[in-house]
Amino acid sequence: MSSSRFIITVIGIDKVGIVAGITQTMAEYNVNIVDISQTIMDDLFTMIMLAQITEENFDLSAFQQAMSEKGTALGVEVKVQHEDAFRFMHRI
Amino acid sequence: MLIHPEEILETIKMVSSENLDIRTVTMGISLRGCSHPDIDIFNENVYNRIMHYAKDLVKTTNDIQNLYGIPIINKRISVTPIAIVAESCDTTDLTSVARTLDRAAEDAGVDFIGGFSALVQKGMTPGDLNLINSIPRALANTNKVCSSVNVATTKAGINMDAVALMGKVIKETAELTKDNAGIGCAKLVVFANAPEDNPFMAGAFHGVGEPDCVINVGVSGPGVVNSTVRSLQDPTLGDISECIKKTAFKITRMGEMVGREAARRLNVQFGVLDLSLAPTPAIGDSVAAILEAMGLESCGTHGTTAALALLNDAVKKGGAMASSSVGGLSGAFIPVSEDADMIRAVQRGSLTLDKLEAMTSVCSVGLDMIAVPGDTSSSTISAIIADEMAIGMINKKTTAVRVIPAPGTKVGDMIEFGGLLGSAPVMPVHNFSSEQFISRGGRIPAPIQSLTN
Repeated sequence: MSSSRFIITVIGIDKVGIVAGITQTMAEYNVNIVDISQTIMDDLFTMIMLAQITEENFDLSAFQQAMSEKGTALGVEVKVQHEDAFRFMHRI
Repeated sequence: MLIHPEEILETIKMVSSENLDIRTVTMGISLRGCSHPDIDIFNENVYNRIMHYAKDLVKTTNDIQNLYGIPIINKRISVTPIAIVAESCDTTDLTSVARTLDRAAEDAGVDFIGGFSALVQKGMTPGDLNLINSIPRALANTNKVCSSVNVATTKAGINMDAVALMGKVIKETAELTKDNAGIGCAKLVVFANAPEDNPFMAGAFHGVGEPDCVINVGVSGPGVVNSTVRSLQDPTLGDISECIKKTAFKITRMGEMVGREAARRLNVQFGVLDLSLAPTPAIGDSVAAILEAMGLESCGTHGTTAALALLNDAVKKGGAMASSSVGGLSGAFIPVSEDADMIRAVQRGSLTLDKLEAMTSVCSVGLDMIAVPGDTSSSTISAIIADEMAIGMINKKTTAVRVIPAPGTKVGDMIEFGGLLGSAPVMPVHNFSSEQFISRGGRIPAPIQSLTN
């Protein structure tokens, strides 16, 4: 893997505690936030984070599942995708 | 942030609501080292060889799917045309080889395995003939095996003996699988100018010029293209072409990334990226819908061939910029049964077999997944094949025929295949006989444009 940076997107109806809940799960997995932006787009709460994973043997699927479950509890959709998925598509 | 939030959301929207996917990851495996006169030993060699390379294929592609969040729909295997590697077998019935391929595909966990194939454009060897004669039983006795026969090229002309034979083989395959609406024919393709690096079934096989093992990727996104074309405000056709190019670029980049990562993890060579707009029965994931978005009331009406030419060319232009490894069948597929809006166009009466044939002169492949009445004669099927082969031969392009004469059906019936194969309305064919033309046999000589050496 060329880098271990991931884009985390959180999309859903706005309410109190989304950022706190999501970042708490990230902290539990020792995932660091490199950049974060949050906006309301098309009436939807949209949070996009660039996150870095430093551990060698990080269990990505366990993290993805934990984030997805947290999202379900908060009523939002959470995706964790390697940054190359976006970089390759939009950058030459 | 280096990546703009709007770009991130665009990618997510393409996947979640516009059906963007990596359609196939296909591992091509050479079986050239497997030949043996004893067919049991040959079969064992084939099985071991496939499992050696493909045992981690499905797990690896699933891992990549999770890493990038891009769905990878089909995992497949293609092998060296069996007619070549089974040539030395001292038996004429190759059904057991098909069963071996089926078992290997099952154990590797892939959806389909292609390569029960022969290349007979200029003539047939005994091995080729054995293979072709074994096709009906092979397809009736397996679930995942796909078969293809190349009967024409621009360089060699059209082998009309093989065309006549394939008409009979298709009829027999339909008959042996009549309990499932002739589904065997959905796994059998007759080609002109078959590409040897094509990851799309049913025509996939691992060409003789290919490496020992290779990963080819097929990307598809008719839903994404349809959505972007429809979002344009009062565009000219030039604007539409530009828009399709940009979208094809993005789709192709995604495939390139996945293909290279899969090849790296499996420690095999990356082959080609086949950027194709291949529809699915899902709503909106339709090539016909794109043509209609350009301003045609119903696919198949006058202007359809021009619209398809524009679409196919723009897809190739966008893809060529995005990857240096574009190959296979790149362009737009127009299967009838797998495209909800194509089916509707047939039912409305706007799309006929003749118009489809005309459309195939400007796009990938040819008469694909078309159901015709069960009582269609083998010479008529051969004549349909001959027409399509001529289009491919003269225009230096790949064309193919995948027709299903579903036993017991008549014009207007619907036949159901389920899954990605969809359902097909039975379309009328011409009732005038082609019997005498087909029975003449021989070879239609290569056209003058073959003399390019």
